Amino acid sequence: MNAREKILARISEAKPDKAALSHHLENHPRGPQPMDFDDLKKRFAERALKLSSDLVEADQLNLAPGLIANYLQQRTLPMKGVCWPALNHLPWLDSGLDIEARPAWNEDMVGITGTFCAIAETGTLLLLGGEKTPASVSLLPETHVAIVDPKRIVATMEDAWDLLRRECREPPRTVNFISGPSRTADIEQTVTLGAHGPYRVLLVLAP
Amino acid sequence: MQNASLDFKRQVTVKLADEKLQQALSRLQSRFVEGRSAVISEIHDLQETRDAATRIRDRVLNNLGHWLLHFEEQATKRGAVVHWAETAEDANRIVVEIAKQHDVKTAAKSKSMVSEECGLNDALENAGVKVVETDLGEYILQQAHEAPSHIVAPVVHKNKEEISDLFANVHGLPRKTGIAELCREAREVLRPAFLNADMGISGANFLIAETGSALIVTNEGNGRLVTTLPRVHVAITGIEKVVPTLEDASTLLRLLPRSATGQSITNYVSMLTGKKKETDPEGPDHFHIVLLDNGRSSLLGTPMQEMLRCIRCGACMNHCPVYQNIGGHAYGWVYPGPMGSILTPLLDGIEKAPDLPNASTLCGACAVVCPVKIPLPDLLRKLREKQLALGLRPRQETALLGIWSWLALHPRAYALATRIAVRAMKVVGGKEGLLHRLPGASGWTDGRDFPAPEGKTFREMYRERS
Repeated sequence: MNAREKILARISEAKPDKAALSHHLENHPRGPQPMDFDDLKKRFAERALKLSSDLVEADQLNLAPGLIANYLQQRTLPMKGVCWPALNHLPWLDSGLDIEARPAWNEDMVGITGTFCAIAETGTLLLLGGEKTPASVSLLPETHVAIVDPKRIVATMEDAWDLLRRECREPPRTVNFISGPSRTADIEQTVTLGAHGPYRVLLVLAP
Repeated sequence: MQNASLDFKRQVTVKLADEKLQQALSRLQSRFVEGRSAVISEIHDLQETRDAATRIRDRVLNNLGHWLLHFEEQATKRGAVVHWAETAEDANRIVVEIAKQHDVKTAAKSKSMVSEECGLNDALENAGVKVVETDLGEYILQQAHEAPSHIVAPVVHKNKEEISDLFANVHGLPRKTGIAELCREAREVLRPAFLNADMGISGANFLIAETGSALIVTNEGNGRLVTTLPRVHVAITGIEKVVPTLEDASTLLRLLPRSATGQSITNYVSMLTGKKKETDPEGPDHFHIVLLDNGRSSLLGTPMQEMLRCIRCGACMNHCPVYQNIGGHAYGWVYPGPMGSILTPLLDGIEKAPDLPNASTLCGACAVVCPVKIPLPDLLRKLREKQLALGLRPRQETALLGIWSWLALHPRAYALATRIAVRAMKVVGGKEGLLHRLPGASGWTDGRDFPAPEGKTFREMYRERS
């Protein structure tokens, strides 16, 4: 017997009721859910700010680069960086931004992404890695800018899973829920923003 | 990791006298205990959520074989390789073989208590692989050659000044004093480790059977880096970590970070499924998942099975009056506090940790805060019974308990014996009514006097009243 067989043989289990177990898989029932949120966008914004993210709102997607340029300028951050190839069509140059569409490298200081959806309950973003949405863009640069479509703010993580099941055949290699800038409290349990990931996260709500 | 639980009693004395440690522990108590209580009430039906989480874990444990096989099937479909390790040594051998197979020279690691359990770093270093811990706390410990003292906040026992000295010494840079500066320095020193590593090693908080994924909760972003940048990713975790569906994971995720660090959600919740696809611009070419048994399967179907529900939040130790006073190192192995006092004897041998099940007042705080309702005091009591049955307790204690249990089963003898005992104790207690020494109870009387009874038993007084 190999290790796998030995471990499985040691596992004393009741004879599985296969029908019940596959029923659970197919129906994937939810646990207790939070109470309904009156206004998903408002709740999302409140929670995101609490997580130390910054937030601006654009009337339309084409105006997002201008708001991002303002944000970077105000904080004297570099006006150049990388974006998801999926966002290459936005007018970056017109807003004075030098943005390359590719995965991030270590030198990149600003990374601009979209979001698959956002979650009101916790103020969280859901990003899926892929050909046009490389995960490194939200990870390596010190500033992460995420464009969020307000129509794609859902109430809970469970709603996000349903959206994922509906729109993707299977989860991609990386599925990342992001809730604010990276942080650590390892030294004296004191929360410090900017550990190995971004120091700041700007959310741009844009339809 | 070598188990040093046999040294528990001596360590307790050392830790209680360690002022720096005492200060550090009071910090932990205020941040984690108050932090939890501030956010746990965000869950409006907390008890139902805990019940649901308990059912999820029990569903898995009652059919663990079924769910593991389903997980393996789904993970394999997506190009992951699933390995099964019976013991810590087997897990180390498997990871070393993976490293050799892919010609790995350096590995970057995010925090994994299972890898600590195995002593994986030493095994890899012995095989010529350079391992860099990248979680800030674990990195500090690696530089200081120390073991974690908490499963969530591994370096809770060290203060800022010690870390400043350590960094100045190890990095050869000007000594920093601010916490933010120290974090910045570690980030800059560690970045190349992520970029140059051939292999990334992570744990897995949950394995999702539905999708064959490994899910990790992190705050620093190092978990994302080690699972995204290196060309090989190894996730190592216990066989009990599987959950059936994404929804099941979500229910547990409402409780895990709130119970652990007082966060509504950790900064990152990352789900990793399969190896990189042809169209993916990044991600590992190889994804290996190592499932460690190391004694876990032997608990299934026994009265100790409930311990396997544990999701490693650390709330039991944060709230334990014993842990709060002695810290994690005294426990001698990877898992401290109430969960460790149960896991260490169960996984590493009951004879190797004789003091741990007794290092509890059974106050019950741990059971109250446990998100998956593990009856920790009951399990500690069961272990004590087992110790007694195996003859692992001191002879005097065993004899006294034997006498007490015989008396408890013989009410008349009990009444007589207690009548004699309280009268004798009253006489010995003298005018001040205090006993300075009691045979068999020196653990009490060494530190304080025992108040002498007033001369009558409860039953005598009760009879007089009626």
